[in-house]
Amino acid sequence: MKELKEKILRALAKNAKIDIDELAIMLGSSKEEITAAIAEMEADKIICGYPTLIDWDKVSEEKVTALIEVKVTPQRGQGFDKIAERIYKFDEVESVYLMSGGFDLTVIIRGKSMREVSRFVFEKLAPMESILSTATHFVLKKYKDQGLIMQFESDDPRISMSY
Amino acid sequence: MRNPLNKTITEIKPSGIRKFFDIVSEMKDAISLGVGEPDFDTPWHIREEGIYSLEKGRTYYTSNSGIKELREEICRYLHRRFDLTYDWKSETLVTIGGSEAIDIALRVMLEPGDEVLLPQPSYVSYEPCIIMAGGKPVIIELKAEDEFKLTSKQIEEACTDKTKVLILPFPNNPTGSVMSKDELEKIIDIIKEKDLFVLSDEIYAELTYGEKHTSIASLPGMKERTIVINGFSKSYAMTGWRLGYAAGPAEIIKQMTKLHQFSIMCAPTNSQYAAVEALKNGDSDVEMMAEAYDQRRRFLLHELRRIGLECFEARGAFYVFPCIKSTGMTSEEFATRLLQEEKIAVVPGTAFGDSGEGYLRISYAYSIEKIKQALERIERFVRKVKA
Repeated sequence: MKELKEKILRALAKNAKIDIDELAIMLGSSKEEITAAIAEMEADKIICGYPTLIDWDKVSEEKVTALIEVKVTPQRGQGFDKIAERIYKFDEVESVYLMSGGFDLTVIIRGKSMREVSRFVFEKLAPMESILSTATHFVLKKYKDQGLIMQFESDDPRISMSY
Repeated sequence: MRNPLNKTITEIKPSGIRKFFDIVSEMKDAISLGVGEPDFDTPWHIREEGIYSLEKGRTYYTSNSGIKELREEICRYLHRRFDLTYDWKSETLVTIGGSEAIDIALRVMLEPGDEVLLPQPSYVSYEPCIIMAGGKPVIIELKAEDEFKLTSKQIEEACTDKTKVLILPFPNNPTGSVMSKDELEKIIDIIKEKDLFVLSDEIYAELTYGEKHTSIASLPGMKERTIVINGFSKSYAMTGWRLGYAAGPAEIIKQMTKLHQFSIMCAPTNSQYAAVEALKNGDSDVEMMAEAYDQRRRFLLHELRRIGLECFEARGAFYVFPCIKSTGMTSEEFATRLLQEEKIAVVPGTAFGDSGEGYLRISYAYSIEKIKQALERIERFVRKVKA
């Protein structure tokens, strides 16, 4: 079961839209077994959601992504969790990671414009109690995201028939 | 003017897929399932090592047999994966793909008129290589009812007092058939009794789905009469790097090295360095690719059967070998019409020997999306011709 679940996860990580019947055939399993395994993993929050990877650059709507390095003073008895929660509850925040090294939290935020992102940083983030400093880096271009290369190479370079 | 050509060579039949190849290359939106190489790119860490070797200026010949580091890694690999023990120095030779190894192994072993047992359907190069080495191919027709495996009875019946070598092409291209340890154990007595040498082409050894591959050389008394052919093309998706190897008895390897030295000099230097990286750190790549092939294999077999083409459970390489006898067509007719009417290219079984009549080789070295698109057209075609 563990092995099957891992295989399902690897398949879903590549294509969350995969047809369950098809997946069952490919994994030599049954539809029922796969459906049950997925339901179980959803309940256990192993599968946390099915977002779509979008190349926003190709959509007319303007989007900017920034990665913010945040230094904080951890609160007694709560460590970093409380301050992280206060940050991740904002809708514009896409990811929050606790880091080792020179700063404490990585906050990835997505906004409509640089101005919007900047406003978030100096109005919401920087003034927060226990935040010591922030350093904002804007993403200029995404080459690869979630394991997928954004510029797809098209043609099959192989000769069309061979032994 | 005199005829400039050698008769033995001119009499060898040209490749059976040439015709298809020409049509497919001209045809827009044709889908080919006729490819005999992986669809994966060579894993980046391996390519990177090849690039680095060029940057470092490793642009010279290597020793004829290949670099020491690679041959040592090959020995470690063969031991780790297939329980084979070889001395890197005297029992290995790095070649230009497995195909060079097949060619020179036959040339060093055969005297004019020696007979070579050649099970078919199998890879297209064996027969011409036997002929060019002065040998006589004796075809053993593998049977669908045996799942295209070789039996001791077939070997016994095909042997004469001139038989010297047996070609053992498993996991098999084009059928996808594999021979398990049990099945290999059943043929070794007759091989020893008839004092045959075995040319065991194990290029697809990493691509078996189910039981792990067994090398016949690992069975009792077989190492001294077996030349193991393997390489990097299929397992590490490195076809264009042209790198393979032979491992076998020192006296045979020594003579093969001589031929290799005079005709080739050495295998490409940067490919050799890349291959070291493949063997050292490539196990997980192989595993990932084998798992992907296995999923496509299950899907393709399931769909072909659903469409109504009989298909035995191929457990190796990246081919399935469906039977098309139910359509009343020959392999060639089916493949030609499928290409003309639905723009799908597959290889007729007969390209791999007469015993491939009634079958097609379909490769699953393609993305599942591509396979699905192709299956739609195959289904439409089969429904039409069976109606």
